[in-house]
Order: sequence, then structure tokens, then C-alpha cells
Amino acid sequence: MGANKADAFVDITDVKCPVTFVKAKVAIEELEDGQLLEIRMNDGEPVQNVPRSLKDEGHKVLNVDNNGDGTYAVLVEKGGLE
Amino acid sequence: MAQVDYQELKKGGFMKQVQKSRFSLRLRIVGGQIQADQLQKVSEIAQKYGHGYIHMTSRQGIEIPFIKLEDINAVKEELSKVGLQPGACGPRVRTVTACQGEAICPSGLIDTTAFARELDSKYFALDLPHKFKFGITGCLNNCLKAEENDLGIKGGMKPVWQEEQCSFCGLCAAVCPTKAVAVKKNEKILRFHEKDCIYCGKCVKSCPAEAWQGQSGFLVYFGGMFGNRIATGQQLIPIIFPKDNLLKVIDTTLEFFKKHGNQGERFRNTLDRVGWELLQKELEVI
Repeated sequence: MGANKADAFVDITDVKCPVTFVKAKVAIEELEDGQLLEIRMNDGEPVQNVPRSLKDEGHKVLNVDNNGDGTYAVLVEKGGLE
Repeated sequence: MAQVDYQELKKGGFMKQVQKSRFSLRLRIVGGQIQADQLQKVSEIAQKYGHGYIHMTSRQGIEIPFIKLEDINAVKEELSKVGLQPGACGPRVRTVTACQGEAICPSGLIDTTAFARELDSKYFALDLPHKFKFGITGCLNNCLKAEENDLGIKGGMKPVWQEEQCSFCGLCAAVCPTKAVAVKKNEKILRFHEKDCIYCGKCVKSCPAEAWQGQSGFLVYFGGMFGNRIATGQQLIPIIFPKDNLLKVIDTTLEFFKKHGNQGERFRNTLDRVGWELLQKELEVI
């Protein structure tokens, strides 16, 4: 986890597609617009698809950190693209 | 009994079966899609004239087995009521296959379905030295396996980065499968090594700031076949845009095959025999 001001955190490295996006979506739905969610996800298919799906739903990726262990920390603003 | 012209029947999609005087009727399906009312008619025909089942072919086709010789005209008439026709067999352009493409699939970069219809209406059943298969896939995920076809088309996207829009979040670097993008967030520097880009469009699709813009284009693969000889199609020319140029490439390719192909010779074998550079030269001037 980077030094950020996330309001919530979810780890989706323990699930596989399509549950990766579902788990991220459930977590972001708990938040209010403008709040930030940090999502830990695996390299490869999850990082290629989950942020794109979040974009399609109007959420904005603010920052992506490579954790150096095959995972990324993706910071997302709820409704940031709406 | 009427004289049976098997060649003519085969040309018209009626495949001779092991069983005497029975035919497996191949339908003209485009891009793997069929209307619901057409499917209903297929079901009716299979029950009334066949054995109550249909066969799904390896290339998105539908065949109705066990059609009797004497029912062929009646079946054709039934099909025409819902706008269906028999498919093609023999030495000519076959079923044009396609994935669902950008109209449906979030990964899609081109409108595969519309393009399959266009190719089908232009080239379906065109006589050539041997069978000729077109396949269209919407993106680099290649669900439709472009390289298995005599001429395979793959949607691609050439990305362009606009610095003023960029938030330097680093997502493009994370999604790029070839690491063609590198972002130094603190210094606000982005490096794009275009020679490593495979035109997958993932940077454009995922960018939250619209800093990556892309132009959809077509990657074309020549000479694929997966029958007695297995060979994957080869990309001879860079990504093509716009679509009109792709159509010129296709016309040139088909003319080339007509001119240089021996009867009964697959396109791949023609290319191997006369030399790939001969086709490449003709394509490069387009």
C-alpha cells in the first residue's frame, strides 16, 4: 500500500475473473461519490481488465503502483469520470 | 431417376453423406450470427426433412444432416422464406467467420460483424483455385484465430499519447503487455517505444484521462491453413487504415491467387511456390 488517502481498501488477488471485477464493484458501491478506494490486484488479466471496467462504470483511476510482488495497488475515485 | 450432378450440389452447400442419397445441408452463415426466426426454421427443417438435429461446424456454420435428394428443392424453398440460403463448399470463398467485435465485446476494436457481412456480400462463393477462408477477429485476444485463415483480419489500434491530458497515473504502463510504455510518475515523464507496440489498444481503452487516443486499423495475415498441412498466416504489411485500403488489399490478394494459384492448390502453397515477396510487392504499392 502506498502513502495515499484511500477511504477503503479491497484485495482482489484471492479471486479469479469474473469475480475480480464483482468484488471491486461491491467494494466501490459502499463508498460515496468522490471517495477513494484502493484495490490490490494481480498483474496480467486483472490489471488489464478491472481498471477498464471501472472506467466504463464512470470511476476514475488516479494512481497505479507496482508493488513489485506481481500485484498492483490501484487507487480509484468513485464516480470520478461522471 | 433424375441425373445427379454432385459437383453442382456440392457447390450449392449439399455435402454428400456416407448414407446413399442423403446430404448434409450447409447453410450460409455470416459472422456466426443467425436471426431467431431463421433458427426456428432451421429447427423445423431438421425435424421435417432431417433427423431432428443440427450439426455446428468448426467455422460457425450450421449443417442439417440427412436431407434426402428428392427434398432438396423443397428445403431450399423453405430456407428462402426466412432469407436463408445454402452455404458454399468446394474451391471458392467459404463462410466468413467473425467474433462479436466492438458492437458487443468490451475488448473489440473493429466492427467485425458489419465487416463480415460486407466481405460475404462481395466475395461469398467466388470461384478460386481452392477453398478460401476469411476470418475476422476484433482484437489481439484473437478469439476468432485470424491466423488459421487464408486471409485473417485482426482489429488493432495505433495509440497516440497527448501529454497535456496525461495524469501520469501509470495505468498504461501496468496494462501494456509488451512494456512499450514506461511512466516516471514523480518526474512526469512517459516514454512510448512504438516499435514494441502490438496495437492491442489496452492503453487507450483503460486510460482514465483520455491522454491515449487511438485509431482503429486492421492487421492482416496471409496463407493460414489448418488441414492436412498446418501453417499459420503471416503478416506481410503493417497495420492498415482506413477500411478502403483493406478492401484493396483483399482484392489484390484474391486477384493474385486467381492469377498464380494452380487448380487445387491452397493459397499458402501458392505463396510458398511462387514466393511471398511477389505478393508483398503488389501489396506494398497500395
